[in-house]
Amino acid sequence: MTGRVRPEPVQVVKQRRDATLSALVGRVPFIGTLGAVFERRGDELTAILPFRETLIGNPVLPALHGGATAGFLEVAALVELTWSVLWPEIESGRLTPEQVAQDTRLRMPKTVDFTVDFLRSGLPRDAYARARVNRSGRRYASVHVEGWQDNRARLFAQATGHFVMPEPPVRD
Amino acid sequence: MTAADTEARIAAVRAFITDLPYARALGLELRGVGAGWAELAMPYRADLVGDPATGIMHGGAVSALMDTTCGGAVMSHPDAGLATATLDLRIDYMRGAQPGQTVRARATCIRVTRTIAFVTATAHDDDADTPIAMASGAFTVSRPDGER
Repeated sequence: MTGRVRPEPVQVVKQRRDATLSALVGRVPFIGTLGAVFERRGDELTAILPFRETLIGNPVLPALHGGATAGFLEVAALVELTWSVLWPEIESGRLTPEQVAQDTRLRMPKTVDFTVDFLRSGLPRDAYARARVNRSGRRYASVHVEGWQDNRARLFAQATGHFVMPEPPVRD
Repeated sequence: MTAADTEARIAAVRAFITDLPYARALGLELRGVGAGWAELAMPYRADLVGDPATGIMHGGAVSALMDTTCGGAVMSHPDAGLATATLDLRIDYMRGAQPGQTVRARATCIRVTRTIAFVTATAHDDDADTPIAMASGAFTVSRPDGER
């Protein structure tokens, strides 16, 4: 039996995926300011917004600020879109976590428009979001994102956004 | 609502809107407010940047500025109460704000019904001719006297 390449050990694969995700998220200062973090299962990402007092927009209820919810969903959509585009490069090893962290030629997609549907007020609890890339072309992409808190089936917000894809980086 | 009531409402919005925890976290500043309109500013901050390759502030920070400014326009409208919530908000990002420059947003209530306020907003950096973003949204309306 020749020609069959032995699969990489699972911990090598996981380490590379996790390091790349954390490099990608770490590139965006706003994500740190907002306090959002990302979890990964295979290629599936979940964005998490741990509750903090600074996210409050209505101190009487209290409820999350609509702007915090919108920013969280936009961050979830952008990271999912970038991640899904980079995935083949990450898997092949052509793109290293160091390149994702430092290479200034690697650009993020640009948001063209983002529409948020606020279904119920955001409770003072952790929030979660998952985004789905509905279309990803060479120049444009359309992404839908769902946000929930205690119950996955009871969304507190959802959003759709359009993005312009960055020019592919020039490789030397 | 009398003119004095409107003045009192505007004073309340002035005291309230940039004091919200998330508005404080982003450093939002009130620049002006009147009956059914509001103007807020978000000074440039490196920790609000979206793409370090460009230094441009993240759309999510601009969203919060737009949402807060629109909310301020609703709260200061004579036909709406101080309590409002965003039902729907669409933001179009026309260009990135120039790194280092303050972003200013002005929101106006286009129409206020018994239940809904329709609001639009425009945001600029130092170049007043080309907007960096525009927003349109629907906001809930509570009655000014508390009746439902």
